Amino acid sequence: MAHRWINDLTHDDVTPKALWLNRRQLIAGLTATGAAGLGGPVAAQGSLEPNTWEEITTYNNFYEFGTGKGDPVQNAPAMDTSGWQVTVDGLVDNPGTYDLMDLIGDLETEERIYRFRCVEAWSMVIPWNGFELADLLAKVGVQDGARYVAFETAVIPEVMPGVRRRVLDFPYVEGLRLDEAMHPLTIMATGIYGEPIPNQNGAPMRLVVPWKYGFKSIKSIVRISLVADQPPTSWNKANAREYGFYSNVNPNVDHPRWSQATERRIGGGIFSQRQDTLMFNGYDEVAGLYDGMDLTEFY
Amino acid sequence: MALTDPINSAARRVPAWSLYILGAAWAGWVFYLGATGGLGVEPIEALEHEYGAMALKLLVVGLAITPLRRFAGINLMKFRRAVGVSAFFLVLAHLLVWAVLDVQSLDRIWADIVKRPYVTVGMAGFLLLLPLALTSNNRAVRRLGPKWRQLHKLTYPAAILAAIHFIWLAKGFQIEPVVWLVVICGLLASRLRLGRASNARVAPSKG
Ligand code: HEM
Repeated sequence: MAHRWINDLTHDDVTPKALWLNRRQLIAGLTATGAAGLGGPVAAQGSLEPNTWEEITTYNNFYEFGTGKGDPVQNAPAMDTSGWQVTVDGLVDNPGTYDLMDLIGDLETEERIYRFRCVEAWSMVIPWNGFELADLLAKVGVQDGARYVAFETAVIPEVMPGVRRRVLDFPYVEGLRLDEAMHPLTIMATGIYGEPIPNQNGAPMRLVVPWKYGFKSIKSIVRISLVADQPPTSWNKANAREYGFYSNVNPNVDHPRWSQATERRIGGGIFSQRQDTLMFNGYDEVAGLYDGMDLTEFY
Repeated sequence: MALTDPINSAARRVPAWSLYILGAAWAGWVFYLGATGGLGVEPIEALEHEYGAMALKLLVVGLAITPLRRFAGINLMKFRRAVGVSAFFLVLAHLLVWAVLDVQSLDRIWADIVKRPYVTVGMAGFLLLLPLALTSNNRAVRRLGPKWRQLHKLTYPAAILAAIHFIWLAKGFQIEPVVWLVVICGLLASRLRLGRASNARVAPSKG
C-alpha cells in the first residue's frame, strides 16, 4: 500500500547526483536551466529545497556514537551493518528474528521528502527512501490487544563510545501508539537521496515520524515489539519533564530549557534567519489522531 | 626547581599585552572559519560553543595563576589581568553570538533570560564579570585600593556560575561540564587553605 501519501515537498526527481551533492550548485544549476524552461516547478518551492547530502550526513544526533554533532559521522562508519537482524516480538502473528532483507526485502519503497524538526530547535528537509511502517506491520500480523509499537536500537559497545560512557540508559528505546505507527506518513527509511542510508543517519533501517521531534525517529533498529501498554522511551526516562511520550512538534509548548516557537533551518550559514515552527511540523493531516487530547499535558 | 626557572624567565620576556592580540586574533579566526564553512554546516551553534568553551578555559586559567605561584613557584602574575579581561571579551562575544546570530529578536532574548535557567545563570555570570572588566585598568586599581581586591573576588562566583551554566545545558549524562565544576571548586578550595597556610609558610623568594 505504498503511495498513500503524496509529497508536498518535491524536487526534481532526475537531479543528477553531482548536483544534489551540493545544494548551492543545484540552485545555481537550476537558475541556469530555468532559463530554458526546466526549472519552473522546483524554483516555486523556494526554501523547501532538501538539505544537501553533506548537511544531512555530517550534523547528527546519535548519542551512541558521541554527544557532539560531528561524532556520529566520525564514529558510526565502524559499525558493521551486514548480516543485520531484527527481532519482531510481542503481540504479532509471525514473531521471530529475521535477516533484515527477509523482513523488508519485498516491501515497496518510495521517496518521501519530509521536514525534519529536532527538539533542539533546528530543522532540515530530507529526501528519504523507505516504506510505510504499516506495510511491515501488516506483514508480521498485528494481533488484537496490541496498542503500541516499541522499538530498540542496536547496542555495540566496541564501536559506540557513547554507550561506553553511559550518556543515556542504553539501549535506546522509542515507541508509538499503534494508530500513529499505522499512519501513512510514518515510514521506515533505508535510504537518503536514493543512496543506502549512512550509518550516522541510522543504517540499515530507521523510523521516520515527520510530525514528531527527531528523537522519536529511532535509528538502527534491532527490535520491534507490539505491546498492550505504553512502552518506556529513552529521553522520557532520562528527563520526563523535558521529553514526553508523544513529543509532537508544537510551537506552543516550550521545552523547559528553550523555546520551541521558532527553528533554524540548517544550511543558511552564519547569518541564517530563524523561521516559525509549524504545528505538527506542518503535517496537519495527523491532527485527528489527537482529537480531545490536551497537548500541553500530553507533550 | 629545574622546570620553573625557564618558564619564569620565558614569562618575563613575553609582554602581557600579547595575550590581547592572541585572543582577538583567535576570535576573529574562528568567526572567519564559521563564515566560510570551516565550522561545519551549523556555524552559529559552533561559534557559540567555541567562544563559550574558550571563555570558560580562560576563567579557569585566571583562577589557576595564584595557586600556581604559591604551590609550584611558577609566576604568571603579570598575565592575570590580561587573561581575565580576555575571558570577559570572549564571554561578551559568546553573548553577542547568542543574542544577534542565534536568538535574533529582543523579546525572545528577554524571554530566554527569564525563562531558561541555564541562560539566566550564564547571564548572572556575565553581570558579575562586568564590573571586573570595567575596573581592570591602572587608574581603577589605584582609586579602589584594597577594595579592588575585594571586588575582584567576584571572579569566584562567576566561575562557579559558568560551570553550572555548562552543566545545565548539557543533555543526557555528560562528564565534561562536571569536571570543569570540580576543577573550579578545587582552585577555589586551594585559596581557602592558602589563607591559613600563607601565615606559616614563607613564600619562595627566588628573584
Ligand atoms: C560566565 C560566562 C559564560 C561562560 C563561561 C559560558 C560558557 C559556556 C560553555 C562552556 C558552553 C558550552 C560550550 C560547549 O558545549 O562546547 C556554553 C554554551 C552556551 N551558552 Fe554560555 N557561557 C557564559 C555566559 C552565557 C550567557 C550570558 C549566555 C546568554 C545569555 C550564554 C548562552 C549560552 C548558550 C545559548 C549556549 C549553548 C547552548 C546549547 O548548546 O544549546 N552563555 N556557554
